[in-house]
Order: sequence, then C-alpha cells, then structure tokens
Amino acid sequence: MSGNWSRFNIASIVLGFAFLYLPIVLLVIFSFNESKLVTVWGGFSTKWYVSLFHNQGLMDAAWVTLRVGVISATVATVLGTLAALALTRYTRFRGRILFSGMVFAPLVMPEVITGLSLLLLFVAVGFDRGFLTVTLAHITFSMCFVAVVVQSRLMTFDRSLEEAAMDLGAPPVKTFFQITLPVILPAIVSGWMLAFTLSIDDLVISSFTSGPGATTLPMKIYSQVRLGVTPEINAACTLMIAVVAVGVIAASVANKRREVQRARDEQAAQRG
Amino acid sequence: MAETAVSSSSGLAAAQPAPATSNSLLNAITSRLVIIVPYLWLLFFFLIPFAIVFKISLSQTAIAMPPYTPVFGVDGFFDALSQLNFDNYVWLTEDALYFNAYVSSVIIAAISTFLALLIAYPIAYGMARAPTTIRPTLLMLVILPFWTSFLIRVYAWIGILKPEGLLNQVLLATGIIDEPLIILNTHIAIFIGIVYSYLPFMVLPLYSSLEKMDYSLIEAAQDLGCPPISAFWKITFPLSLPGVVAGCMLVFIPAVGEFVIPDLLGGSETLMIGKTLWNEFFNNRDWPVSSAVAVILLLLLIVPIMIFQSAQARAQEQGR
Amino acid sequence: MNSLGSIRRSFAPWNDPNAKPYIAFENVTKKFGDFTAVNNLSLSIFEKEFFALLGASGCGKSTLLRMLAGFDEPTAGRILLDGQDLRGIPPYRRPVNMMFQSYALFPHMTVEQNIAFGLKQEGMPKPDIEQRVADMLKLVKLTQFAKRKPHQLSGGQRQRVALARSVAKRPKVLLLDEPLGALDKKLREETQFELMDLQQTLGLTFVVVTHDQEEAMTMADRIAILDKGEVMQVATPAEVYEAPGSRYVASFVGNINMLEGTVAERTENRARITGASGAEIVVENAGDAAAGNTVAFAIRPEKIKVSSRPPAQGTANVMEGEIYDLAYLGDMTVYHVRLADGQVLKASALNSSRVTEDPLTWNDRAWVSFAPDAGVVLTR
Repeated sequence: MSGNWSRFNIASIVLGFAFLYLPIVLLVIFSFNESKLVTVWGGFSTKWYVSLFHNQGLMDAAWVTLRVGVISATVATVLGTLAALALTRYTRFRGRILFSGMVFAPLVMPEVITGLSLLLLFVAVGFDRGFLTVTLAHITFSMCFVAVVVQSRLMTFDRSLEEAAMDLGAPPVKTFFQITLPVILPAIVSGWMLAFTLSIDDLVISSFTSGPGATTLPMKIYSQVRLGVTPEINAACTLMIAVVAVGVIAASVANKRREVQRARDEQAAQRG
Repeated sequence: MAETAVSSSSGLAAAQPAPATSNSLLNAITSRLVIIVPYLWLLFFFLIPFAIVFKISLSQTAIAMPPYTPVFGVDGFFDALSQLNFDNYVWLTEDALYFNAYVSSVIIAAISTFLALLIAYPIAYGMARAPTTIRPTLLMLVILPFWTSFLIRVYAWIGILKPEGLLNQVLLATGIIDEPLIILNTHIAIFIGIVYSYLPFMVLPLYSSLEKMDYSLIEAAQDLGCPPISAFWKITFPLSLPGVVAGCMLVFIPAVGEFVIPDLLGGSETLMIGKTLWNEFFNNRDWPVSSAVAVILLLLLIVPIMIFQSAQARAQEQGR
Repeated sequence: MNSLGSIRRSFAPWNDPNAKPYIAFENVTKKFGDFTAVNNLSLSIFEKEFFALLGASGCGKSTLLRMLAGFDEPTAGRILLDGQDLRGIPPYRRPVNMMFQSYALFPHMTVEQNIAFGLKQEGMPKPDIEQRVADMLKLVKLTQFAKRKPHQLSGGQRQRVALARSVAKRPKVLLLDEPLGALDKKLREETQFELMDLQQTLGLTFVVVTHDQEEAMTMADRIAILDKGEVMQVATPAEVYEAPGSRYVASFVGNINMLEGTVAERTENRARITGASGAEIVVENAGDAAAGNTVAFAIRPEKIKVSSRPPAQGTANVMEGEIYDLAYLGDMTVYHVRLADGQVLKASALNSSRVTEDPLTWNDRAWVSFAPDAGVVLTR
C-alpha cells in the first residue's frame, strides 16, 4: 500500500514512537542521576555504575544469564531450524498437526503456565533445579521463536536452487549444507539473536525452573525492584539496553552495508 | 526431500549401485531426524509437562517435598485413576477469589487488547503508507523495543506513573492538574503496561496486512463515489481483518496470564490469574492448586489459541 | 478528396469548428517534486469519442488520467469536463469512473457486490441496483459468476468485472488505464473489439491509456501521442500512421525508414531532397519544408517496392542496393536492402500469390522504388 503520506499518518507514527521510546529514554537518563530519588534530577553522575560493579550478587547473576543465554540460544537455533525445515519441507507426516501446534503454541502461551509445567516435569524426572534446568527451559520456549523466523524465510526460498544442486549431482544432505544453509543463514542468525534476547530477558520461566546458585539477572532485578526503585537498577537496565542496542544496530549496519555493496555490485555488473 | 531421496536413489542405482544405496539410506535417516529431533524435544519438554500439570492438579497437597502426593508412576494407570480427586477444582469453584481473578484477567486483557488495537492501527496504517524507502527503518524502530528487556520496560513505567513520578511532575508543573493523579497500582497502570509492552505485537501483523494491500483498491472505491472515511471502513478495515485477528490474539492470550505487569504496576489489590498462580505456587507452596489454576487458564485460552493457530495456518497456506 | 489510410469516418467532431470539447485540458502542468510529469499541456476530447493516450512509460499519460479521475491535482492549468472546472472536486464526487490497470477488484466482495458498490454510494434504491447489476452482468456475459469472489475468476473474467463495475454508474467519461495490459495476446485482440462495441452500445466517452500502439490504432477514434509530458501529435490512427508530424511519432508508431537529407529545391507542392550519399528523392506534399532545411524523409516499408530488375526508365525515386537480410513472415516478406552508402532500407511485400517467379535471396542485387507521395517529409 502506498499513496499520500498525510499529516495524520506522520503524527500517528511520531506519537506512537514517542510512546514506545520515551519510557526507555527516561530510564536511561535517570541512571545518571546524582540523587538517590529516581524521579528528581540531582545532577549528572556515574556513581551508580560504579556501585553496580561492586554489587557481587548482580555481577554473578549477569554471568549466569550470559551463559544460559549463549547455550540455550545455540541449542534452540539448531532445534528451531530443524523444526522449521520439518514444517516447510514435509507437508504430511504422522502427527504434523500436533507438531505445528507445539511449535506455535509456546509463542502465545502465558509464561506462568510454561514455567509451572516445566518445573513439574523436572521434579517428576528428578532433575535438580539449577543451571541445567533453566537452560533446558529456555531452549524449549525460544526454539519455537527461531522456528517461526526460519520458517518464514524458508517459505520464500526458491526450491529450484536445491533442485539445481541435486541435478548437478549433490545428494540431499550435501545440498542442504552447501546450498540451503548459506541462503537461509541470515534468518538463522536473527533467530539466534532473538533466542538470546528472549533468554536474557526472561523472568517468569526462570523463576520457576531455576534453583540455588542459578539466579539470573532479571530475577535479581525483579527482587530488588520489589523493594523499591533505585538508580542502581536503572544503571543495570541501561547497560542491558546498551548491550542489546549495540548488537541490534551492529547487525543492521552490517546488513545494510551488505545490501549497499550488493546494489553497487549489481550496478557495476549491469554497466559492465 | 524424502521423496527426492527415494527417487534419486533409484535413478542412480543403475550407474553406481553400492554408494548410491548407502547414500540414500543416510539421506533417509537424516531427513527423518529433521522431524524426529524437534518433535521429541517438544513432546518431552512441552506436551508431557502439560500432562503432568493436569495430573498434579488432580492430586492432594502434601507437606513433604515435593509438595504433592504422586498420583502416577509405575503403580499402574488404573490404580491412579481410582485415586483421582477433584478437590482442587472444587476448591477453585468454592473460593470466589479464583473466579474473580479469571474474570478480571479476561476483562483487563480484553480492554488492553482493544486499546492496543486503537493505538496500533494508526501507527501501522501510517507505516504502510510511508515512502517505501523509510519503511524498513520504521519497521526496525517498532521491533527495537522488543529487544530490550520486558522487565525493564515495565519497570520504567513505575518511575513515570508514581504519585511523585515524572508524569505527575509534568502535569502539576504545567498546571493541568492540582493534585497528583493516582495511576500506579490501579487498573489504568496495568492497561498502560500491557498496551506498552505488547504494542509491537499488534503493530506488526496489522502492518503486514495493510502493507500488502493494493492502494488502487482505495482509489477504486473513491472513484466509485465512496468518500475516504467510508472507503476505510468498507475496504481497508475488512481487508486488514486477518492482521487485526492475529494482532489481538498475540496481545490477548499472553495478557490474560500476565504476571510481571500486574505485579509491578497493579499493586496488591489487583486480581489477575497469573499473579494468583504465582502466589499460590511461591507463597502458599500449594502445587496442586496452582496446577489446577493453570489447567483452567489453559482451557480458557484454548479457543483464542486455536483461532490464532488457524490464522497462522491460513497465512502459511497463502504464503506458498 | 483522397482519404488517408483507406478509411472514412462519419464521426469526426474534431473537424467541426462549432463542436464544443467535452473534456478540455488547458495548459495543464503537473510536477512531482523536481520531476515534471506533464508540461503545459492542452488537449480537447469530444463527447462519445474513443480517445487514446499513447506513449512510452513515464511520458505522463497515466498522470493525465489520474488528474481527470481526481487522484492528482494539476500544479497549474485547469481541466474542464462538460464546461465545469474540476479543480478541488474529490474523486468520489466526479462523474467519471476508472478501470484500473490492476482491475482493483475488492477481494472481499463477490462479483455482484463489486458491481453494486458504486451504485450503493449513490444511494440508488435497492431494486434498481439489482436490476442494473443484472444488466451489467449480462452485458459482460458473467451472469453465472455473480456470486464468485475475484480470486475464483480467470484474468479475462476479472477484466470484464472491472469493466462492468466502472460503467455501472453510467459515468460521463470512462477512463481505462492499460485495460488490456494483463491479458494474453489472443484474448487482447478479442477484447479490443468487445470494448469498441461496448462503447458504441453505451454511447460513453472513453479515454484509454496505453503503451501498445496497435491497441490504440485498433480502438481509438483519435490518438494523442505523448512524450516527456508533452503532446507530440493528436490525430486519427490513419493520420498518425500515414502523416506523422515528427520523427518521434513516425518512429513510435509502426515500422518506418528514415532518410536524413537536405531540401535542395522546393516548388509549390514538390520538394527535391538530397541525401548524404548524393541520392535524390522527389516528394509530393512536402509540408512546411523549405529549401535548405535539414529534414528526414520517412517512408513505411510496405510502400517501398523491391524488384530484381531495374524499373522502367523515368520512374521516380529508384535506388540500387543489395539484399542484406530477409524474413518470410507468411503473409508477407520483409527485405532489408543495403544501399550504396551503407544505409539499410526495410521494405515489405505482400505475398499475394503462393508461388513467386524469380524470388530474391540473400546478396542479390535489388532495386527499390517508391512513388513521390509514398512518404512524408519531417522537419521536426
């Protein structure tokens, strides 16, 4: 759809984005507040960042979160990609409806239900709650998001590329690794990033499935937030935002650069 | 790929029989693995846990750890059946707390979903009509907040909505109000929190259905004598309905079971089922009752989830 | 009087000095930012005319149509319809309807509902709407498809629904944006005649935008050829073909040979043109070409005669060359004859008999000749 971009359209976008970004911007600003009162500006200071790094509890939680995030995102990406392949490439197999239901349901499933059910599973099979159980839980819910991202890429994938490879003598497995995988790689990478952020964000499922020694950063932040809003939390949040923002912006800049380079190559080729 | 593997093996068989057979066997196995590995994972970590929740919701509370008496196990299925008891469900129906929590969760989620639709529609519409060159940027700006922590975004609103918070400071300073508004720890704060947190989920499906729309349809309607506002309701809105349904489901379903938002913004008075379940589990340590709460919540959401599923399936069919 | 292109028209209001134009573009300019889509353009279209706007993409033809429909407003100038200035009248209040290139059928409505849409906007009583829709369905032969949705129809059927929807309101003017663009060749040819019949039956004014010169030639009473937002020529198909006004028009419509040269001598009706190679051409109807002018002599391939022997002494405009290439197309044969100076002339000969004595073939010597009134002199 296109047409005239009216003043009303622009206004609604500007207001909408203001609504989306203002709270985050304010949070970041007040992390540099000298005063302990979060809402009264008392001058610029970075002291909360300093005290943050001396808070051993928060630092430990951050380390746990990072490890859980990397491991679970990686495993979830493998499983999610397989699930996406199964959904797009095999239109009929026994239990396909159940399978696609299990892939899509976790996207909207209330976290309290997922968290509770996983906990009860771990208790039933006798897993000790801790690092392993949190990681398993994160793999389970984030693999579904990866599956959706990769699936949408696979749906627009030109199957004749694979057919060409097989026609030229590559067996299916080789075709997958040499043709399919490189083409869908950007979707897999963004699937990994999505899984990673979901993991480092998660509070509810982690709270249900973690045990002693496996407190994640969101759990730590949550328990402090309940006691009151402090600039130290603002500082911790700002750092998390910064990490994510740098990652996302770097990814999109790299992407953009690739596109620009590609466009330039194409132009050169046409002039050629 | 399975069919291709079979046919290529027969095609190659004449030329080089031995390697072709072993290759195709390998291919057949790997193509099965593609389905089996994620399938088993989801069965074990997604479906079976639900069965366990259901089972435990039918068992009795015990003081020992784990805090329930097991109803299942090797003793046999029939043995288990005889021990089933619906006490936890009876308990849920007897205590008005649970009923009220379910009702108020659904109402709060429904109102928030509607508000999110009202706010998201103009944004998505504006994005869909934006020049094609800036659309990817706008899209990224909508998705970006989603990459920052949910908890942080909810937490940010506490500082804004508090009686001595930023919103009240601004309103008092500009003289719009004389006394601070009490927003934090009310339903309004929950609405704001849900709308804010889930807005991208509403904007994205709306945008994708509006963006696909051929603008000449609206011109055709106007050409046939239909003024712009009427053309919106007769053409644009009906054609964006798949996006509306998908967006509403993506907001409504998780919002019903939402815990963080009512807990941080709604205060102790708010009754929402996700919070009730959390309290039942972490504070009362009553696993069977919290399981029963979860089972009923799931039953409540099964219809919206099915609507969402079928919308997804339809979108997938069209995508082919 | 001789007639151009062996066709005689009884409907020709443009030749009547007293006829009032139905649609008038008066010095219309349309700019999109820095880009000038339409540049100070004036054009008159008469009632019940089948008028075609022909041009390559980006020539401004669609912009003209969209300004008439009301989707774009002119930057300067005005557009009159039946004496009324259209400025400021939104599309939904204009008595014109448009058939869109994409058809723009509402996907969530049935064929019937699509056709009834415009009538409902008028507030027409329900029984009347039903009657009109039934008439329209009959007109486009889609009665049994009334309850179908657009995606259940073939391309040709969709085209007819779009047509029925746009004429259902009996607009003063029907605008058609590449009406046959999405159809395959065979269907396009059939539909051209259907459109002409429909225009006759309904007695409406049609303005059609197309980039296909054959389509414009077949259907239109008059054609306006546009380039870079300006009108190059407005004329009947026969005039456009036989008497193009400029090099651009001549080369845009059909095949043509163009020989550059200088007017050596000019009498009342005749002109003698010398080419770069020294060849001489004698032309009747030399238009406004004066002695000394640099001009192009343009001649259609079918008006050039090719023979294997030199024509009789005294024949005007004879040139000698060699058959460079030839193509047998069934109904005719096209010869590419290379002249002494290297220029290649295209000539086509109708294969009116099955057997040809002494046919020409590659590298044969050949003589081309044409009558003094077979071509035109172009100064622009």
